[in-house]
Amino acid sequence: MAGSNPNAKPMDLTLKVWRQKDKNSAGAMVTYPVKGISPDMSFLEMLDVLNEDILRRGEDPIAFDHDCREGICGMCSLYINGRPHGPERGTTTCQLHMRHFNDGDTITIEPWRAAAFPVHKDLVVDRSAFDRIQQAGGYVSINTGGVPDANAIPIGKSIADKAFDAATCIGCGACVAACKNASAMLFVSAKVSQMAMLPQGKVEAKTRVENMVAQMDVEGFGACSNTGACAAECPVGISLENIAIMNREYLSAKATSENVLA
Amino acid sequence: MILDSKIPEGPLAEKWDKHKFNVKLVNPANKRKYEIIVVGTGLAGASAAATLGELGYNVKAFCFQDSPRRAHSIAAQGGINAAKNYQNDGDSVFRLFYDTIKGGDYRAREANVYRLAQVSVNIIDQCVAQGVPFAREYGGLLANRSFGGAQVSRTFYARGQTGQQLLLGAYSALNRQIAYGKVKMYPRTEMLDLVMVDGKARGIVVRNLITGKIESHSAHAVVLATGGYGNVFFLSTNAMGSNATAAWRAHKKGALFANPCFTQIHPTCIPVSGGYQSKLTLMSESLRNDGRVWVPKTVEIAQQLRSGQITVNDIKEEDRDYYLERKYPAFGNLVPRDVASRNAKLVCDEGRGVGSSGLAVYLDFADAIRREGQPAIAAKYGNLFEMYAKITDENPYERPMRIYPAVHYTMGGLWVDYNLMTNIPGLYATGEANFSDHGANRLGASALMQGLADGYFVIPYTIGDYLAQTPYDKVSIDHPAFKEAEQAVIAKNNQLLSINGTRTVDDFHKALGQIMWDHCGMARNAEGLQFAKQEIRKLRDEFWRDVKVVGVNEELNITLEKANRVADFLELGELMVDDALNRNESCGGHFREEYQTPENEALRDDENYTYVAAWEFTGVGNEPVLHKEELEFENVKLTQRSYK
Repeated sequence: MAGSNPNAKPMDLTLKVWRQKDKNSAGAMVTYPVKGISPDMSFLEMLDVLNEDILRRGEDPIAFDHDCREGICGMCSLYINGRPHGPERGTTTCQLHMRHFNDGDTITIEPWRAAAFPVHKDLVVDRSAFDRIQQAGGYVSINTGGVPDANAIPIGKSIADKAFDAATCIGCGACVAACKNASAMLFVSAKVSQMAMLPQGKVEAKTRVENMVAQMDVEGFGACSNTGACAAECPVGISLENIAIMNREYLSAKATSENVLA
Repeated sequence: MILDSKIPEGPLAEKWDKHKFNVKLVNPANKRKYEIIVVGTGLAGASAAATLGELGYNVKAFCFQDSPRRAHSIAAQGGINAAKNYQNDGDSVFRLFYDTIKGGDYRAREANVYRLAQVSVNIIDQCVAQGVPFAREYGGLLANRSFGGAQVSRTFYARGQTGQQLLLGAYSALNRQIAYGKVKMYPRTEMLDLVMVDGKARGIVVRNLITGKIESHSAHAVVLATGGYGNVFFLSTNAMGSNATAAWRAHKKGALFANPCFTQIHPTCIPVSGGYQSKLTLMSESLRNDGRVWVPKTVEIAQQLRSGQITVNDIKEEDRDYYLERKYPAFGNLVPRDVASRNAKLVCDEGRGVGSSGLAVYLDFADAIRREGQPAIAAKYGNLFEMYAKITDENPYERPMRIYPAVHYTMGGLWVDYNLMTNIPGLYATGEANFSDHGANRLGASALMQGLADGYFVIPYTIGDYLAQTPYDKVSIDHPAFKEAEQAVIAKNNQLLSINGTRTVDDFHKALGQIMWDHCGMARNAEGLQFAKQEIRKLRDEFWRDVKVVGVNEELNITLEKANRVADFLELGELMVDDALNRNESCGGHFREEYQTPENEALRDDENYTYVAAWEFTGVGNEPVLHKEELEFENVKLTQRSYK
């Protein structure tokens, strides 16, 4: 079985990988040579090959998060050569292929770096802060059953499409890793603006944005200083416009908040 | 053991309504006295956990991923079926029911499938109310498309990311209950055993995947929404972590496993490119609405193509064989998955396959692009084309995609009755983890429908019937049954850690996958299956002698996690082979080469095999015991499926 490009030659690479035993241990970069890497491999398959070698030597393989390997679950991460998900725009690490590297390259691989994302082990970080932000308001408060017919509320196609664009966030955390302030504004704004655009979400728009932003602050994410690094590195192209929408929603919510006196 | 499916009496269309009235209710004030465990947070699990929390039960939900939002339902691309008949094209609850029964080659239960079609309409309402951004028309109403195996447009979709949007909807409902304190969420936690007390499911033993700590959780009922077992084959479209451990360990505690040989091979996946390959990527079958499947007419042309003497665009129109359109003029490229997959294998076996391996066929959009223009095709399939280009480094707008079938979904699963309860009282199985709705072949866009039907609209009713008859008393996790199960889990982990052999877990997993693909894949025969059974046994013995698992239990240990899962696959694989050997007929995804029509179509044996094969575990290496649930068809006539 050969790859799609029969002329592609195997590559030898040098990897510098962050190894850290657990949350409480200090970590360090460790160098691993890898040989005979096919350009058709995905980046994670290259790490699989390395891990098999490490394992055969009886050593502890490198822990990294991954699951669907189709670019949609948001579980994979990795800060590759100083960029979240590596050098290709609009690509998760699992969809990054080795053909974007050259024979002889040295590649550094680190975990997401953010106070709100502590390292569990090696390249695996704790992103549960994202779940807690969603729990603070990322929903429409309806129970199962007793809802109107799906076609009862027409929604203009352009609004539906824009809401969809915001809804495609995969929750990987690349935006936080890319930001010098480790801000989670792009992540939070994607959900806030999706809901604010749709009639179903408008009912609770004010409390939602207030509560989600408050939780974002509790989790220790930094402030937004409008560098746009988050959107540039987002693997699914979540737009900066969402942050503008969230800021507007937040201001108008605060200006008329029922929580002001609380 | 007598299998009682508990199908309600009465006409098909009235069974579910009557049953909902007849089931016992739990008083709202008493619901808080019950605890329910839900394992898995995909569509079936997240929807069940959220809805049970809304009703007032105390729910504990578990997933092995770092967040419930990552369950593999998220990767479903094409859509979700519902009998809304918004398109006025002749759809109805009965038609969706009929298509599903027929598509499943008459090996599913009528009553379950009818209920599925009935509640399908509620699912769409629910998801829209949650803010799920389905595709819409310019008038603001919901859009539909037709999907593999259906002649009406009943599929709702959100570009090529329908599973993602539906799961994020269910995740949002789950988050709301977590915030209210009605659901307690345990991410990065894997179920390793079921705990039974007095013959009833009363809890689970789990491993915390960060600390390695083995813990017990007690409840009044346990719901397994843990997905399918396609990763037995190593290469599949499943996620890397998808596994059968929860279901398999429940099976070893007495839950029957039904129709394990019914696996679905999806026709449109990106072909294998090398031995390092870790998974296969699906290209949604919605592509078959506009793509035309073909291979060269002759072996000679295919050889020239494979050796690089000519390129695909050199092949003249008259030298192309659009074999699906030729053989199935009525359905053409939209034949159901099993038919499309089998035909791809046939033409490749003839030597007419393309790509350097010869294990691929073309899916060609040139006609569609000529007809509608590239922007229109990009609007429909843009993200899929991009994904293809990223993986293969080829531009599908300029040359046809290469596709080949891959393991995708498992119709078999834990046996459940009409209430979705297994034969173990208090143990339920929902979504892909059970066997009940898709027979021997699942239609496209029906997995999402079933997962959400079970979680939002079935289990919330049926579990109440059981709990209403269950005392409030809790079982302490200090009960000997919990301690025994914990000890067994710890002993197994220690055994895996102490072998210190020479072969890695992946080595064994790949070897198992090869055996299964070669002998229990798209085509099976008695000789091959018997050979596979012996090979699996040898491999399993070797695994327990020679596997290499490093590290300790009390840490994040990726090798130990995998070793537990592969140990279970090595047992489940043998049961799949047993089931395939037992079923001396071809139906749906189960194609026994000895049983085919002169036109190479599946040849069922309705007289002898119109039953669900439910297997009882009797010990590793022992022959399992077969229990049969006869299937009765009162509303459809069994015919040979024809898509010609």
